Amino acid sequence: MSIRVYNHPIADPSLVACIHCDLLQRLPELAPGASARCPRCNKELWRRREDSLNRTLALTMAAALLFVVANSVPMLGLTIVGRAASTTVIGGAEHLWQNGQTTVGVLVLLTAVIAPALQIGFMLAISLGALRERPPRWVGILLRHHPTTRTWSMIEVMMLGVLVALVKIADYATVVPGIALFVLWALVFLIAGMQASFDSRQVWERIRWAEPDASRGSAPHGFSGEPS
Amino acid sequence: MSPASAPTAMQHGLQCCETCGLLSRPAPGEDEGRCPRCDGELAYRKSASFQRTWAFLIAAAVCYIPANVLPVLTTTTAAGAESDTILQGVVLLWSPTGWPLSLIVLIASIMIPSAKILALAYLLITAQRGSVRNNEQRIRLYRTVEFIGRWSMVDVFVDTFTAALIQLQPLMSVEPGPGLFFFAAVVVLTMLAVESFDPRLIWDAATSKEVRYA
Repeated sequence: MSIRVYNHPIADPSLVACIHCDLLQRLPELAPGASARCPRCNKELWRRREDSLNRTLALTMAAALLFVVANSVPMLGLTIVGRAASTTVIGGAEHLWQNGQTTVGVLVLLTAVIAPALQIGFMLAISLGALRERPPRWVGILLRHHPTTRTWSMIEVMMLGVLVALVKIADYATVVPGIALFVLWALVFLIAGMQASFDSRQVWERIRWAEPDASRGSAPHGFSGEPS
Repeated sequence: MSPASAPTAMQHGLQCCETCGLLSRPAPGEDEGRCPRCDGELAYRKSASFQRTWAFLIAAAVCYIPANVLPVLTTTTAAGAESDTILQGVVLLWSPTGWPLSLIVLIASIMIPSAKILALAYLLITAQRGSVRNNEQRIRLYRTVEFIGRWSMVDVFVDTFTAALIQLQPLMSVEPGPGLFFFAAVVVLTMLAVESFDPRLIWDAATSKEVRYA
């Protein structure tokens, strides 16, 4: 059994370090919609969102609904000399899997279906949990892993790929756009909006800490202003 | 002596949580601990950042060759089978009306992966040599590479859906080729390389030089 050693938080919560250049600085009070940038490397440290949780929840619920529709109906079809074919997103990955491209099939499934599902699902749970007066621990666990789902969720890249494939196929056959094609385009914008309205800092500030003793104010090893 | 112009968290013995942003101090006698707020593992810098980034980058550069030499799609018609590499796919797509899309594939599949490998190698070499020049440009380059990398996946999706749809045997069928695996590997490996690189390493040389000359 391993013992978890926790760091001690510093006393002043407005003191932050830039994650791109490690510069110590104080976050100013921000009005809703305003943002603070690192003076040295220009990284955005925080953008305070207005009514973040309600807006995120609304956009996430819409995204979840569209995601289910997008993956249950055909996305792209074609007709040529009386023959027709169509595919869903999952069908594309399945075809690779069945034709010896197992790894690429898994990658397509991961980036086009699984990661977006987790990205939307986590966000739904996070925004619901964070609406409580004191967000429970599991909100923090989901929030910690949310950036990974976001990195590997590539619906917008897929849509550009589908556009190119559509033009390629149009050379040989008549392309029949499926319902999922339009739903996925809407989903690209909903996911972007969902991410843009979410303010993780506001949730982290209210969350139940992993080390419960540390969050009760008085930090024993506060920032002294002197390099150690 | 404290370098007043650029005090960093590391100089003050503080660690910034990459996940939740909390600043905290390691317990006495400890170098690395966990974030008391989000339970994430903390360190002053990402662990073995140079080694891990180089490893992913070299693996990506090795895969880059078969990715461009081997065919990504094989088209079978009554006239016979024809295999196309990524570059041949770009040429095939080039037409008076289709050239913008051909350009997208050229940029996303050929220019971005190679530029990404070169850019990361440049960032690694300059950071390892302790360069203090062009820090603002280098951090901007890092952010560009981080933002743009995912778009290389475009070709994987193009080939996936082309192959899934064009199954009109015996008239015409399209199958994915062995190059696709290596191409996908380049995209994934460069993304992992970007994730393992710690941009704070770009600035560390400037901080230590200031200390020296302060």
